[in-house]
Amino acid sequence: MLISKVWLNEWVNSHLDAERLGERLTSVGLELAAIEAAGPVLSKKIITGRIERVEPHPRADRLQVCRVYVGRKRLLQIVCGARNVAPGLAVVVALIGTKLPGGLLINKTRIREVVSSGMLCSAAELGLEDKSSGIMVLDLGTPVGQYIGDVLRLDDQILDVELTPNRGDCLSMAGVAREVSAFSGVKMIAPTTAPVPAKVQDKPGILLQAGSSCPRYVGRIIKGIDMAARTPVWMLERLRRSGVRPVSAIVDVTNYVMLELGQPMHAFDSNLLSGDIVVRLAEQDEVLELLNGSQVVLDRDVLVIANNNHAVAMAGIMGGQSTAISDATSNIMLEAAFFAPEVIAGKARRYGLQTDSSFRFERGVDFELPVKAMQRATRLIMEITGGQPGPLVEAVNRNELPVRPTVSLRRRKLQRVLGCELPDDQVHRYLQRLGLRVRKTPSGWRVIAPSCRFDITCEEDLIEEVARSYGYERIAVNPPKGGGYPKNISETVQYPGRIYDLMMDLGFQEVITYSFVDAEMQHRLDPEQAAIELANPIAANMRVMRTNLWPGLLSTMLNNLNRQHTRIRLFETGRCFRPPQHSALADESVRLAAVACGTLLPKHWNQEAQPLDFFDIKGNVESLLALTGNSELFEFVAVRHAALHPGRSAQIRCSGQSVGYLGQLHPVLQQWLDISEPVYLFELDMVSITTATVPVYQSFSRFPETRRDLAIVVSADVLASRVLNIARASAGPLLKKLELFDDYRGKNIPKNKKSLAFGLTLQHSSRTLTDAEVEDVVQSVMTALGQQLGAVLR
Amino acid sequence: MTSEQFTDSTVTAMVEAAIAAVKASADTTVLERLRVQYLGKNGLVTAQLKRIGQLPGAERRAFGQVVNRAKEVIQAGIERRLEWLTAQQLDQQLLEDSVDISLPGRTMPPGTLHPITRTLRRIETIFSRLGFQVADGPEIEDEYHNFEALNIPRHHPARAMHDTFYVAKNVLLRTHTSPVQIRYMHSHEPPLYIIAPGKVYRCDSDVTHTPMFHQIEGLVVDRDISFADLKGVLVYFLREFFEQNDLKVKFRPSYFPFTEPSAEVDMGCVFCYGEGCRVCGHTGWIEILGCGMVHPEVFRHAHVDHGKYTGYAFGMGVERLTMLRYGVGDLRLFFENDLDFLSQFK
Repeated sequence: MLISKVWLNEWVNSHLDAERLGERLTSVGLELAAIEAAGPVLSKKIITGRIERVEPHPRADRLQVCRVYVGRKRLLQIVCGARNVAPGLAVVVALIGTKLPGGLLINKTRIREVVSSGMLCSAAELGLEDKSSGIMVLDLGTPVGQYIGDVLRLDDQILDVELTPNRGDCLSMAGVAREVSAFSGVKMIAPTTAPVPAKVQDKPGILLQAGSSCPRYVGRIIKGIDMAARTPVWMLERLRRSGVRPVSAIVDVTNYVMLELGQPMHAFDSNLLSGDIVVRLAEQDEVLELLNGSQVVLDRDVLVIANNNHAVAMAGIMGGQSTAISDATSNIMLEAAFFAPEVIAGKARRYGLQTDSSFRFERGVDFELPVKAMQRATRLIMEITGGQPGPLVEAVNRNELPVRPTVSLRRRKLQRVLGCELPDDQVHRYLQRLGLRVRKTPSGWRVIAPSCRFDITCEEDLIEEVARSYGYERIAVNPPKGGGYPKNISETVQYPGRIYDLMMDLGFQEVITYSFVDAEMQHRLDPEQAAIELANPIAANMRVMRTNLWPGLLSTMLNNLNRQHTRIRLFETGRCFRPPQHSALADESVRLAAVACGTLLPKHWNQEAQPLDFFDIKGNVESLLALTGNSELFEFVAVRHAALHPGRSAQIRCSGQSVGYLGQLHPVLQQWLDISEPVYLFELDMVSITTATVPVYQSFSRFPETRRDLAIVVSADVLASRVLNIARASAGPLLKKLELFDDYRGKNIPKNKKSLAFGLTLQHSSRTLTDAEVEDVVQSVMTALGQQLGAVLR
Repeated sequence: MTSEQFTDSTVTAMVEAAIAAVKASADTTVLERLRVQYLGKNGLVTAQLKRIGQLPGAERRAFGQVVNRAKEVIQAGIERRLEWLTAQQLDQQLLEDSVDISLPGRTMPPGTLHPITRTLRRIETIFSRLGFQVADGPEIEDEYHNFEALNIPRHHPARAMHDTFYVAKNVLLRTHTSPVQIRYMHSHEPPLYIIAPGKVYRCDSDVTHTPMFHQIEGLVVDRDISFADLKGVLVYFLREFFEQNDLKVKFRPSYFPFTEPSAEVDMGCVFCYGEGCRVCGHTGWIEILGCGMVHPEVFRHAHVDHGKYTGYAFGMGVERLTMLRYGVGDLRLFFENDLDFLSQFK
């Protein structure tokens, strides 16, 4: 909210400069965002004047020659192109030698042979508006020859204060003044809201039919309005400084009262109303044409002002076109009402119609304010546009008005929550200064908040009021206190950092990508899995929640390839999402995935750079699995995956359950992604590798090992793992280590066959092995391999 | 260095000459020649021994000892020289196998953590040492946990500040980490000291907003937890995190539906130390986090006895902390994942 300091000072003069005032406001929760000057510093040669005579320019149709009196017997001849010049107008004159804020220097010139000694200024030329139509017209009777900076009070500063949603009560000069008064102790001076007596007897009939949504509606008819009347300059300036555009005198007054007191108001053309004003909920699909020209189709939960069976305004949000005031208006009906926050909240947003009025009503407007605001507005309208007011009519449903709860504040609780002790009378004073009704009780205080404060409903709210009055800064800073003793530090749970560390040490760079990804890419990379779609994605290529981490990783790889990186190794951990089966909202699982392309190691000066292959990425996975201390629980099974090369893909299983995949990206996808070389990738369920093992010591043999290497020939489709499993099972308890060291196909080996070579390391726990024992083991291994796989020694 | 004086001046002169020659010998061949010259069967030392016969009987024994001693000295000199020359020779040979040690080694260059993870780790370390547990919650949430239970009813103006991604009716991407508070309080009994790091989502994207970002939530529920405790923990944390023991930290009233009293925390600018610079908008202060005492409505939803317990909560943006800590000027860099950016966080 924009607060003119000069205006605020009229309400309560704290004698603080703008910076200090801003700091104090911030310290009580009204955060100062900026301080700005009310206008540019204008040359002292810009003064007020009065147009005495206007004559057409002899040689230019669009120009006029004005004689302008600027005081001290100076009558200047000024050529002006604006259409709104007229004799008698008070105007702003830039004298010869003036430099305007835009940089224009005013010289004595001849315009088409007519001498012009100065310039009549528009608000835009003074730097007060972005764009103006016509010159600035001051109030009639403005003394001439006055410095315009003084007339407009441009020495003002504007405090831009950011208000939190709970402080709707501060959305007015009165509200901010209340806060300033509370912290400074300076009494507040409000403009009069004493009753304005009726001069005519016309009055609206008002029917409240919406219960607590609108328990109070104040209306008044004012007849004989002069719509041509100009809004006085002081009011226009205040509106401008508050960021509100001028419209017409009547609307300007209603806006002014809203800025001043906080009560949004509306003016109807009362000649266009007939019969009673009815406040009710809309009928389903009731149509209303609004002031801004748009047409809305209303839902049944929207509060409307109706007349003659038709909605004529969306209550608290925007008036309707059919009863709007216009240049032809002579009689108006002013509205000041209380609309409950609950009934306004959300509606403006739903219809895309956020207005100053709805912004205030949804935060809560003082329900005792409408009568006062009506008196204030009536007075201002009579001053500016003239007119004769009818009686003020207040329709009120007292039972439905909001109830200000009595809230207790216990001394002990206050102390417990703030961690400091405050003297009773200090607490009492703080609350009173904020306009709360306070009564002392043995244990503390009983408090009733004023009708403007919708945010005080419980004890904690009062604690906050006391705390911010006291100053958050003055509350102690205790030594940091933690949970004391951490629990459940188990060696069976992997320290999560260990997995990241290993990935980094394996040469992978961590990335973090968006959880929403391109739908097509996700589908291609995980076609079997349905993805959760966003109802309101922020971009077309971020429409679905990822079901695996590959889309984000591959996109990142692609971006970096395009940035001329050639060897890329990336990993990511994060949640992946599936439509709910095991839970109510979504099935989420934390995954770890990596992608790699290019050579295994960076180019080296004396070593050929090896391109990556399947076994590099498999080795990375094996390293991760080894962290669990339980590698033997895992197995790699040749299973196809739609995103992977059919001959180079494996499912990773833990105790028989699939926990991930690894392999080479399917060449078709690689091409689709426009990547020129093979990509290897894997993904693992994080939970499968977050377990760890508590080591259990086992005694070990110190007797010599014996090694026998065997090379066998088997059918080419026999998996190495099968050979090793059979060898392991048949070797018996003497086997210490089993190591595959060759897979050979080609010369000297029949087609459809391959040779596998492996080493058996044997050891006895309590003595040296004999040759016969060793031969026995080799024999049983060969026999088993022969019987089960038809293997022969090479 | 042998400066041994022998009682016989001839012997002394011989030893001195021998040692000097040995020291001057450039290789083992020369040395061998010297050995023969002095210690050989017809060598100079043997020749000295032959002088014994010309000596009076009483001096013979002593002179014999002198010559033997001279022999030992020369022998030792020759051995030392031989050792040295051999070592020299080996060294020469080895130097022929020299490598250019300035050439790069062969390694798998390690990757680095994403700067956000790096910051999260640092924050977790600081709070773990204080005895906080790390908690976790789903990223796809329901309106109840994300809003209602946190005292943000439907149509509350605060909801308008959260541009929410929806998945289905009542189902959304969490807009903050605060729902973890509710879930944790439902499943654990006080005392609670937790932080909950994680991703959050808001439908907003421009220079200073990304639709996904990271927060760290903090929640403490215990008997007699006060605002002074909240201040203590956050001041400690910020000073630790930025490694500035005199970092200024300021609390001012603010509003969050799930805390009361609520506070916004500003800290002295870590770049200009309060002097005023571009980062702090020339104010010397930087808005860093929001916090407050847990609202009784939240306790009610979470089934915590709020007569017995009080608590505080805080939430901070991890990207913001990372930007301030490492001087990153553009939020969007974090999710572009350009290797030239990421690899800087070694």
